[in-house]
Amino acid sequence: MMMEISASRRIVNAVMLTLSGVCTVLVVSVLFFILGYLLLHGVSSLNWDFFTKLPKPSGETGGGMANAILGSAKVLLLATLIGVPIGFLAGVFLAEYSGKNFAFAIRYVVDLLNGVPSIVIGIVAYTLVVRPMGHYSAFAGGTALGIMMIPIAVRTTEEFLRAIPNNIREGAMALGATRAKTIFTVVIPAAISGLTSGMMLNLARVAGETAPLLFTALGNQFWSNGYLAPIATLPVMIYNYAIAPEEDLHQQAWAAGFVLLTLVLIINVTARLIIARGPAAQRR
Amino acid sequence: MATSPSYIAETLGRRTSRGFFARLRGGDEIAYLVTLACAVSILLIVGLIVFELWFHSRATFTAFGFRFLTSSKWDPNADKYGALPFIYGTCLTSFLGMLLAVPLGVAASIFLAEMAPPKLSNFLTFLIELLAAVPSVIYGLIGIFVLVPAIKTYLVPPLKSAFGYLPIFEGTFYGLSFLSAGIVLSVMIVPFIISVSREVLMAVPTEQREAALALGATKWETTWDIVLPNAATGIFGSIFLALARALGETMAVTMVVGNSPKISASLLSPGYSIAAVIANEFAEANGNLYISSLIFMALVLFGLTIVINALARIFIMTTQQKGSQA
Amino acid sequence: MATPQQQQSLKDPVTETNAKPAVTTAKADAKLKLTARNINFFYGQFQALHDISLDIPTNKVTAFIGPSGCGKSTFLRTMNRMNETLRNTRVEGDLKLDGENLLGMDVTDVRRRVGMVFQKSNPFPKTIFDNVAYGLRVNGIKNRSVVAEAVEQSLKRAALWNEVKDKVNKPASALSGGQQQRLCIARALAVEPEVLLLDEPCSALDPIATLKIEELLFQIKDITTIVIVTHNMQQAARLADFTGFFLMGKLIEMDDTKKIFQNPGKKETEDYVTGRFG
Repeated sequence: MMMEISASRRIVNAVMLTLSGVCTVLVVSVLFFILGYLLLHGVSSLNWDFFTKLPKPSGETGGGMANAILGSAKVLLLATLIGVPIGFLAGVFLAEYSGKNFAFAIRYVVDLLNGVPSIVIGIVAYTLVVRPMGHYSAFAGGTALGIMMIPIAVRTTEEFLRAIPNNIREGAMALGATRAKTIFTVVIPAAISGLTSGMMLNLARVAGETAPLLFTALGNQFWSNGYLAPIATLPVMIYNYAIAPEEDLHQQAWAAGFVLLTLVLIINVTARLIIARGPAAQRR
Repeated sequence: MATSPSYIAETLGRRTSRGFFARLRGGDEIAYLVTLACAVSILLIVGLIVFELWFHSRATFTAFGFRFLTSSKWDPNADKYGALPFIYGTCLTSFLGMLLAVPLGVAASIFLAEMAPPKLSNFLTFLIELLAAVPSVIYGLIGIFVLVPAIKTYLVPPLKSAFGYLPIFEGTFYGLSFLSAGIVLSVMIVPFIISVSREVLMAVPTEQREAALALGATKWETTWDIVLPNAATGIFGSIFLALARALGETMAVTMVVGNSPKISASLLSPGYSIAAVIANEFAEANGNLYISSLIFMALVLFGLTIVINALARIFIMTTQQKGSQA
Repeated sequence: MATPQQQQSLKDPVTETNAKPAVTTAKADAKLKLTARNINFFYGQFQALHDISLDIPTNKVTAFIGPSGCGKSTFLRTMNRMNETLRNTRVEGDLKLDGENLLGMDVTDVRRRVGMVFQKSNPFPKTIFDNVAYGLRVNGIKNRSVVAEAVEQSLKRAALWNEVKDKVNKPASALSGGQQQRLCIARALAVEPEVLLLDEPCSALDPIATLKIEELLFQIKDITTIVIVTHNMQQAARLADFTGFFLMGKLIEMDDTKKIFQNPGKKETEDYVTGRFG
């Protein structure tokens, strides 16, 4: 005897499945909405001035964000120098040298650091760098962002080094290479594509960070010399202009937002594509 | 130049007794010590963070004690500080955000894990993970200029006419409010719920699904009755992770929440959050008590996110253990 | 083939007790590349090797046979101390390479002098050239022409040169399974090891690839000493001058290959080689 599945069950099934699909489409469409809106409003305000001129004093229209673009680059460079080596080498330790229990403790603390809100890290950078120095600086901003880069550097390094099969290490050691030589001349080169893309994602993440810079790098209407003075950065400029009353500044905020988002998304897409084709993915 | 077979053996053989410097160049001791030092330094950095936060909030603790957390008087001119409005705002906006994001996120993750064909699922997940990469200040930008006017025009009038008598919808809506912040937050945390929940759902063994389907259950029934309960702990984990993110979210919230240190039951009124007040007032704060009050709140936020993250991890580890036992 | 004198000195390691072999003359000593006495090996609490004593004669092929888990691979890896890369292992006993205490030497020197080819080929994700050159470079030989010549020579010895001479700067991953294994042999040969250990090198390969490797092992016997672990008895019979039969972590019998297969001294050996158990 064939039991027909009741009509109501079939309806519920169809409705629920459709609903869940709708939810997904809704979420995905947000991405396109944001991109589209920024494109619309940002591109029109994008001009040569934006990339080459300094901001105009309050009340005047026009000007650009050249100093903020350079400023972001400088702060990010500092952040990379501060955060990536420590994170990378700690990741090497976890993947190649550490015993189980110690590794668990380190990983736990790294995850903990990852969960600290960025503004809290900004405060610590303030007390550690700005206060003793007596003023805001690119260095303080770089410290804050650098600390934020550490957890992801550790995690990606460990993940991609572990993905290299052990028999490669054995092959090198059987030829008389020390463990260190094996790691640095065989394992790391083998994992290099994953490691670089991981770093790219890391960079893209902190490139958009605003909160920790608000009271470390602060901001600057002009060019900032060196790394020990307050410096303008793209995200902070976007924030400042967005909450300002002038419509002209809002337009510039859109333009800057478009530039920032485009950069961040391009880096993300490129890095993820590289990872998707790499040895770690193939191992799965 | 002919290389006699013994040349290599000789060159290499000559190094049979390795002195201290030769071994040093081999690098094992140094590499071990350097990488160990880096790992340990991370422990020190976290310790330093805790210490700095505690050390620089001592002044407020000495002045107000724990009453700081329950007082709602925030008056920098009178040098009187109370954290309650900000704690309230942080909790309220995060709760709102979760209320909207969790059903949306779980539903979407069900679609991606159970319904969509693998290629489509991977592609859509890729796009959703890109959403997670959008900087907070961009969400804030869209929030101020697009979302808030939209809420004002399309959402609030019907809400007020239908539910205006409720205390949570009391008062005039000027745009920047708890509600706006909650909605922006929900958009920001949905991608996290989706990516973790999706992985958790996909980890449920196929045999479980097949058992239900073989008994004649519909796809939805299988998902609701069998797959979801299996994945429940992991999904809770993703929820807690998203919550931790929401609590610490700064820029988007501060741009749409109204920045007003008032406690109000109405979602339509402007408010504040811990992260927002720090973002707004820290750079200009003068006076030891002012600064240390802000830092004390940062410490509270820090503690809160640590606890929630730890809970999240417990949930997720439990799921992983269950999965490996399956 | 072994002289009566050598046969005399080789018969005695066939023992499960502490008896020392009767090494009669100094000349006989020089013909023994590796000597092991009373080797015990532990993974944590578990004892994997019990009191193994044997000799590996120079420029000959010695095979270790035995059922799965009998310890032959474990013992092989003791000879180049690869077991030390695992945690919680311990080796006791006496192991000498050309009279030197192998267990006390600098481990990277041991591994340069005692090379290894693994069961599953493990070429580095580098070019063919860089794979073979790796051992030389990591041990300090950087001179380009020396390295290039050594690479060519090793590839020739591994019977791979003709197949790869035009693509020596292409990735090693492009080679077939059998070619990759010969590449690993070339890589091991490049540092001119005094002993070459092979751990079931053909088990993942088809018969033709296996044949090529067996042929090249015959050729390189003169420049190095070969120890091969195999679960394929026909291979041992074909290749080896001497064969040792392992069972449950013990060396049951070790002798001329002919004797092991045609007239084994112990019942367990006989049972194994006649296929009475797997």
